[in-house]
Amino acid sequence: MDRPNPLFRNLWSKIAALPMMLIVLVVFVGGTAWTVLFSFTNIKIVPIFTPREWVNGFIGLANYQRLFNTDRWMNCPGLTHIGRSDWEPTCMGALPNVVTYVILAVVLSMSLGFVLAVLMDQKIRAEGLFRTIYLYPFALSFIVTGHVWAWIMSPEYGLQASVRAMGWTSFDFGWIADRHMVMYAIAVAGIWQGTGLVMALMLAGLRGIDEDIWKAARVDGIPAWRTYLQIVLPMMKPVLVTTFVIVCSGAVRIYDLVVALTDGGPGISSDVPTRYVYTNFSANLGQSLSASTVMLVTMAVLLIPWIRMEFGKKSQG
Amino acid sequence: MHSVSVKNLTLKFGAAEVLKNLNLDVSEGEFIVLLGPSGCGKSTLLNCLAGLLELSEGQIWIKGKNVTWAEPSERGIGMVFQSYALYPQMTVRGNMSFGLKIAGMAKDEIEKRVQRASEILQIGPLLDRKPGALSGGQRQRVAIGRALVREVDVFLFDEPLSNLDAKLRSELRVELKRLHNRLKNTMIYVTHDQIEALTLADRIAIMRGGIIQQLDEPHTIYNRPTNLFVAGFIGSPAMNFIKGATVNGGKTFQFGDVALDLAGYEGGAILDRSKVILGLRPEHLSIVEQAIPGQSIPAVVEIDEPMGADSLVWLEVEGKQMSVRVPFEHRPQAGAKVHLKVDIAKASLFDETNEQRI
Amino acid sequence: MANSPLLDGPSGARPQKFITWQRFVVYGCLIGCALFFLFPLYIMIITSLKNIDEIRAGNIFVPTMHPTLDAWFKAWDSACTGLYCEGIKVGFWNSIKITVPSTIVSILVASLTGYSLANWPFKFSEGFFSVLLLSSFIPYIVMVYPLVIITRYMGIFSTLPAVVLVHTIFGLPLLTLLFRNYFASLPGELFKAARVDGAGYWQIFFLVFAPMSMPIFTVAVILQVTGIWNDFLFGVIYAGPTNYPMTVQLNNIVNSATGGKAYNVDMAATILTGLVPLAIYFISGKYFVRGIAAGAVKG
Ligand SMILES: Nc1ncnc2c1ncn2[C@@H]1O[C@H](COP(=O)(O)OP(=O)(O)O)[C@@H](O)[C@H]1O
Ligand SMILES: [Mg+2]
Repeated sequence: MDRPNPLFRNLWSKIAALPMMLIVLVVFVGGTAWTVLFSFTNIKIVPIFTPREWVNGFIGLANYQRLFNTDRWMNCPGLTHIGRSDWEPTCMGALPNVVTYVILAVVLSMSLGFVLAVLMDQKIRAEGLFRTIYLYPFALSFIVTGHVWAWIMSPEYGLQASVRAMGWTSFDFGWIADRHMVMYAIAVAGIWQGTGLVMALMLAGLRGIDEDIWKAARVDGIPAWRTYLQIVLPMMKPVLVTTFVIVCSGAVRIYDLVVALTDGGPGISSDVPTRYVYTNFSANLGQSLSASTVMLVTMAVLLIPWIRMEFGKKSQG
Repeated sequence: MHSVSVKNLTLKFGAAEVLKNLNLDVSEGEFIVLLGPSGCGKSTLLNCLAGLLELSEGQIWIKGKNVTWAEPSERGIGMVFQSYALYPQMTVRGNMSFGLKIAGMAKDEIEKRVQRASEILQIGPLLDRKPGALSGGQRQRVAIGRALVREVDVFLFDEPLSNLDAKLRSELRVELKRLHNRLKNTMIYVTHDQIEALTLADRIAIMRGGIIQQLDEPHTIYNRPTNLFVAGFIGSPAMNFIKGATVNGGKTFQFGDVALDLAGYEGGAILDRSKVILGLRPEHLSIVEQAIPGQSIPAVVEIDEPMGADSLVWLEVEGKQMSVRVPFEHRPQAGAKVHLKVDIAKASLFDETNEQRI
Repeated sequence: MANSPLLDGPSGARPQKFITWQRFVVYGCLIGCALFFLFPLYIMIITSLKNIDEIRAGNIFVPTMHPTLDAWFKAWDSACTGLYCEGIKVGFWNSIKITVPSTIVSILVASLTGYSLANWPFKFSEGFFSVLLLSSFIPYIVMVYPLVIITRYMGIFSTLPAVVLVHTIFGLPLLTLLFRNYFASLPGELFKAARVDGAGYWQIFFLVFAPMSMPIFTVAVILQVTGIWNDFLFGVIYAGPTNYPMTVQLNNIVNSATGGKAYNVDMAATILTGLVPLAIYFISGKYFVRGIAAGAVKG
């Protein structure tokens, strides 16, 4: 009896994994490569693109040039005036907006989530109830979250009007109508929805730490807050990195929340890359594809700490 | 015709060669034990026999058929695992009949076989329970039953008793021996426990680093280990080793001031060698008051470890420790100067350079 | 501590009986945050029970004196989504039509993939898996247009099968990870025993593994149902207008303000849209947390 053809070994396994292999090759690798490649062309909407069309349509970095010259994508009026009195480190447009949002989401939801996790870790009563309350927004759609907060933040009838009606007339919470504050308004809604998850992940991380650390710290007379900051927090590095990656990858692709809460407004002051890409599909495909590629690169850069952690794990073990 | 025959088997996990050009012939009805330290490749060899791993090179024959590329279920084997590996959602009956159902056997034949196996193993009352409701010993019986109902010629056991406590282990050990006497199947049994190996086996294969070091009957393995590793691995308490040289045309073993007469040694031509290791089991030494020229070693008693009927006495010989097993009531005083009488017929000599028995 | 040494149990932290100022701060913060998280839910509910005049005249915090379910009925049955005025019920049924097959197909594909990877590895299988995991971090929008081309080429663009396909594709990385890790955690000897018993690829999956994997299937169903129900982008792009899911319809209802915004109807429609995932969340709390944690931490 001869060695059977290795191609047919575990044949059912290969057949069952075929959809996955096709999806990886065609959609994840193929689709991404397609988007990147055709971002260097002046292609318009046609059903299928071929290598010849790519060669014929090749225009180098022209799409990127146009992209970064589009105010809606990125507009830094004061930034180039270096050394002049009207120099201003502010930028507007979809890309700066998403950067603002990612920073707000990471900093606020991770610090709030960590504090909540530490509080939850104090052997409190009704832990399940608190957990349920903090986490339920995560079960909701961004569309739902967006519309609720749009109503709460609506300047005419929402929180601002009600507080003013109660006598505090200078109360100002009209953020969604304010070009400079609207990203903060979106961040409030995003943090409301996502912090519960961060709390749950961090709590799992805290619970995974050896109980003996606490005994040792108590024997050494270290106060609890220092134990958390100087001993526990460094030990939670894997959880922190994972949480960071999750928050980042969610924040970079933000779309639904913006659509529901502001739909990019007022004007285009809360536009974000995904929305920019989406709205350009029909009229301006080159812009869509180059903006997608920029998002991809951004995501890759943000992923580096995670890849390094995973890679470090392997080289150690 | 051999029941199981392994020919030049090599198995690699990536670059690591776990089994190296291994050969093994097992006769019909034989109880073979694969014994070795953990990680030496015993389970890997068993998995190859079962068809659960694909060989890198070599062949496997079972009952005169080349099954190297056959599916596990086509090889005529049954297998029992250390963790029992029972299907948790099925009853005991379901566990035992699962393989037969898959093979498409008729219902009443399945039932007959399950009844027969459960009688042999005395698990009749458990048939409708789930594994979760059984004790460890009962689970392992069911696992054996699952192999039994297949009515195959070859049984493979992978450390089946290792998860049980000491008392149950010795009980089931005896039962396995009884089962083998009754069924007369070929059994290949993996363990790292030498008591199991010595008590159960017709022949023991001592493995190390993917190579079979010695394949022999238990008393041969015990009395005439083929190399230093086997000598040190088998036996508890362990064999004493003394480094020295053979002189006088291979008639005398010399270490320090002591010379031992080698007449009566059972082995090959001794010759004069500068680096030789003499192996003496603690029970093959005895304590005497007077020196016997050429047959005893002077020693000083250090401590003794009572072990029930016997006592293990530790002595100092030429600056080294040696142990001797003596009846409890004959144990000497600490500090006493005594002599160790050597039974050279039961001793082993090893060439220190290649570690092989002389 | 008032305990006598004789009565002292184990030393170390024990739940404190007396409220110290630290406990006061801990509970104060926890309750304060809880109020922040509950506030929108409260606003949603009381707004949906008001009538429109009350909303214009009244205070957002104050519950109505005359609660009415009118807004709920209107939201469900007759709110306008631009072209039609048939309420959000259309979207509800569309979401069911999308969620049920998407959940089934995606879990079937992913569980088999995870099983193949864990128990029947083949050349390159680990490589594919690594790429699959990395892909889950690619922003969806990068692959949206290629998928439009692909589904158009397949002739299913703007139909139900297209959304089902897209949900299956984007659910694959996380679910495969979930199942692969689960199957890999089952004892390897169980798999070997089944193979010696003559069970093949499908028999081991359906007869041995699936019956003992209900917890992980539950987690996967929860993940997928909530995820797919809450989706907006794929629904709006691939489903086609007749199949718009509830989230899209909700967005249209809120945005189609004909004659002034009806906040009470909007909030009722919003609650209705959130009801299914919320119900799943409250019923299955433990599994939900386990699901997101399993997906997140092991990634
Ligand atoms: N699937 C595997 N992949 C890589 N190495 C393995 C695998 N299974 C076993 N090994 C290695 O092969 C060697 C022999 O393993 P095994 O046969 O299980 O030893 P044991 O004698 O304890 O049963 C060990 O060093 C082990 O690390
Ligand atoms: Mg083993």
